[in-house]
Amino acid sequence: MFELTLAELARGLDNGDFSSTELTQAYLQRIKSLDGQYNAFITVTEEQALAQAKAADEARAAGKAGALCGLPIAHKDLFCTQDVRTSSASKMLDNFISPYDATIVSRLKNAGSVMLGKLNMDEFAMGSSNESSFYGAVRNPWDTDRVPGGSSGGSAAAVAARLTPAATGSDTGGSIRQPAALCGVTGIKPTYGRVSRYGMIAFASSLDQAGPMAQTAEDCAMTLNAMAGFDPLDSTSAERDTEDYTSALNQPLAGLKIGLPKEYFSAALDSGVAEQVRNAVAEFEKLGATVKEVSLPNTELCIPAYYILAPAEASSNLSRFDGVRYGYRCDNPVDLEDLYKRSRGEGFGTEVKRRIMVGAYALSAGYYDAYYRKAQQIRRMIQQDFVNVLNDVDVIMGPTTPHPAFKLGEKSSDPVSMYMEDIFTLSLNLAGLPGISIPCGQTQGLPVGLQIIGNYFAESKLLNVAHQFQQATDWHKQIPAGVEV
Amino acid sequence: MEWEVVIGLEIHVQLSTKTKIFSGASTAFGAEPNTQACAVDLALPGTLPVFNENALRMAVMFGLAVNSEIGKRSVFERKNYFYPDLPKGYQTTQLAEPIVGPGFIDIETDDGAQRRVRIHHAHLEEDAGKSLHEDFHGMSGIDLNRAGTPLVEIVSEPDMRTSKEAAAYARKIHAIVTTLGICDGNMAEGSMRCDCNVSIRPKGQEELGTRTELKNINSFRFIERAIDTEVARQIDLIEDGGRVVQETRLYDPDKNETRSMRSKEEANDYRYFPCPDLLPVIIDDSYIDAIRETLPELPDARRERFISEYSLSEYDAGVLSAYRPQADYYEQVVKLSGDTKLAANWVMGELAKFLNQNDTDIKDSPVSAEQLGGLLVRIKDNTISGNIAKKVFELMWSKGGSADEIIEAEGLKQVTDTGAIEKIVDEVIASADKQVEQYKAAEPDKRGKMIGFFMGQVMKATGGKANPGAVTGILKQKLDALCD
Repeated sequence: MFELTLAELARGLDNGDFSSTELTQAYLQRIKSLDGQYNAFITVTEEQALAQAKAADEARAAGKAGALCGLPIAHKDLFCTQDVRTSSASKMLDNFISPYDATIVSRLKNAGSVMLGKLNMDEFAMGSSNESSFYGAVRNPWDTDRVPGGSSGGSAAAVAARLTPAATGSDTGGSIRQPAALCGVTGIKPTYGRVSRYGMIAFASSLDQAGPMAQTAEDCAMTLNAMAGFDPLDSTSAERDTEDYTSALNQPLAGLKIGLPKEYFSAALDSGVAEQVRNAVAEFEKLGATVKEVSLPNTELCIPAYYILAPAEASSNLSRFDGVRYGYRCDNPVDLEDLYKRSRGEGFGTEVKRRIMVGAYALSAGYYDAYYRKAQQIRRMIQQDFVNVLNDVDVIMGPTTPHPAFKLGEKSSDPVSMYMEDIFTLSLNLAGLPGISIPCGQTQGLPVGLQIIGNYFAESKLLNVAHQFQQATDWHKQIPAGVEV
Repeated sequence: MEWEVVIGLEIHVQLSTKTKIFSGASTAFGAEPNTQACAVDLALPGTLPVFNENALRMAVMFGLAVNSEIGKRSVFERKNYFYPDLPKGYQTTQLAEPIVGPGFIDIETDDGAQRRVRIHHAHLEEDAGKSLHEDFHGMSGIDLNRAGTPLVEIVSEPDMRTSKEAAAYARKIHAIVTTLGICDGNMAEGSMRCDCNVSIRPKGQEELGTRTELKNINSFRFIERAIDTEVARQIDLIEDGGRVVQETRLYDPDKNETRSMRSKEEANDYRYFPCPDLLPVIIDDSYIDAIRETLPELPDARRERFISEYSLSEYDAGVLSAYRPQADYYEQVVKLSGDTKLAANWVMGELAKFLNQNDTDIKDSPVSAEQLGGLLVRIKDNTISGNIAKKVFELMWSKGGSADEIIEAEGLKQVTDTGAIEKIVDEVIASADKQVEQYKAAEPDKRGKMIGFFMGQVMKATGGKANPGAVTGILKQKLDALCD
């Protein structure tokens, strides 16, 4: 049963093959017995899950089944969940029980889904390897000596190990797409503003965007249907009608214009990854698409611009964690300054502190123009590059990451090398564009991700393109050796 | 050396929106600590601000009232610093692109002339909570009820030259914001707070001296006193060969002194940047014009009208127009009584006295304009005298009721029947031989003053109800007849 996709499980529930309670019990049991190998979950919410499953079964019996009625899902631990610890994988919030649900959590709840628990991640979503979690690193189900990617590493690993059929993630610089690629699952970062940020613990507000992660594009479409839409509680959410993302999945791809940015296929790209991506593009040509080379000339400026803007916003967003109202507070503070310094010094991990310092420096008097303002200018140039190319092609394709999953500890002492892992993903966050990563091959026995980039609010198109590829190939069906289903 | 004082003011005005600037929590004053702070105000993880459009509308009203350019695009920024009553670790405010651009108001100076004070800009921001240091056994308490209350901070140019001008400017701002109805004007509750930037320079010198900032002054009287105290300190300092240090100082009204809070060197680097959780606020001419249509008559215009329409003195017109509820009250009394001067005397006299003594705002006056108007009607038609009217007013204040009800119930109706008055006058004259002799002995032009005694006796005998005009006439007639 664990090999089934969300869509297949939905049909099973509809057909009465199993109840939500049975399904939920099975997943809870599986998490209990297997997650010791992966450390994907921070909190398992067994009691709530069984109560929700029971309610879902009753709703279904009463003919009131919502779109995701009775289907299990797990949330990245930066989405606030009422009465459940919401830690952002930080010691700072280890004791924080949220009094409210994030908008997407309540929307998924209202659609009938069953929350299995809260998923591990990089602390405050800062990282590309899931090694910065206060709750320990997550391991990649394809090779437990390797990282699952980050920051939504728990979400990706949990789907890859079939501990949950779907998960929520968040993506500030690639945090959905990069772990999806390294774990061989499908993950979509919607257009900035498509999904509410209310109740998602902020990393970098102008870049953060929530999205679903699952085995297939179809499953992501089903989940995104429940998540997307205007939220009056988030001023940056788009006042735009929602759409049914499953409705266009089956449109044929004949005539689809694909752009391949020449900058994405440079020498820094792993040759195995490059080969798999080219094979995937060839598959699209077989499906009727045409391919042309395009240019995103400012690609190399993405990383420096991003690593000014994201830390700058983070340095301010994380100021609220001060030991005063909630969260970690140091023992026996002697005065206010001591309270601040030790609560924050002891409550935050190394990578978080590094980014707070970089961000505060970039915003400080006398440096603002040289760093923050300049980075904003670069951001507009990068956005313009994409707008120009997307006037010419329907979608842009390329590798999601330059390499397959790397070894635990391999890059943790070299932050810049770690930051380079996000080179293909974070430009989309700077531009606010949607992107999806789908499994498109393997190299060295590890999954390779194909990133598909679309125009603003073109989520339907991206899901359609991804779904057609998954109808024609079975990379998304590959299950890591050692993961029994 | 002769010194010139240079003063600029930053006035924080709390806007009287029902809910906070970025959340749905109530802004009402005086609730139990932390009962009016929602998840957003507490800065719980994941919460986001949503801008209250009413705050925008009120800021635009203010801008229009002070002849300012309105920012068609304004941007909220984050001012980052740590303080326990600042839950997010930053204040959301405006810096580079405020909602209200340059403008001006005119104030009256000590010599009666007008001075124009330029407004540099005014911006929207959120208030912080309060730290409470008493009653916690050496610890501090935090009350976040005030956190997120909308403020407009009004920054003047350094255009004032005396502490009186500074207070006059603050009073004018107070009159404007209360007239617009965008602030309740309650300074004791902190609805309007003032920071004064003060420097001195040798008279004739162009270059400004080093300034100090006096923080959080919450009365007009303290503005004057704080500035005077600080100016004296700066003059002493410089004349003793010292140097003014740029710093923030606190005025202590009990000791009438200012003392240093923090110097420029210790000042925070606020690391301002545009708030990524809020979109730039974009408005157009039609939005601004629609608000312009709703503006009430402003204090300056109302004062001019009071002078021309009601023939009030400049002083009376200025006092009555400065606070909108008072001006409205006054005009209502005028309407009912038909006497602009009598109404002015009562609103600024007896009513103001009672309001002051009972520390009551005119909005909460137990005597309504209708009641007072009814009272003045009875003075004018000679039903009661002015003195009896004061008694009626007192009863009105303490027990309520209309003038007619009180006059009836207390039997205060004035005696105008000359026959009855004549009888009493005869009795008084008959029982005051000594005073009558004195009257007769006095020079005719001194006799007028001496009538007072007889008048008092008549009033005493009638319980004050005799018509004073009638009594005077009859007394004069009868006493003068004795002199012939």
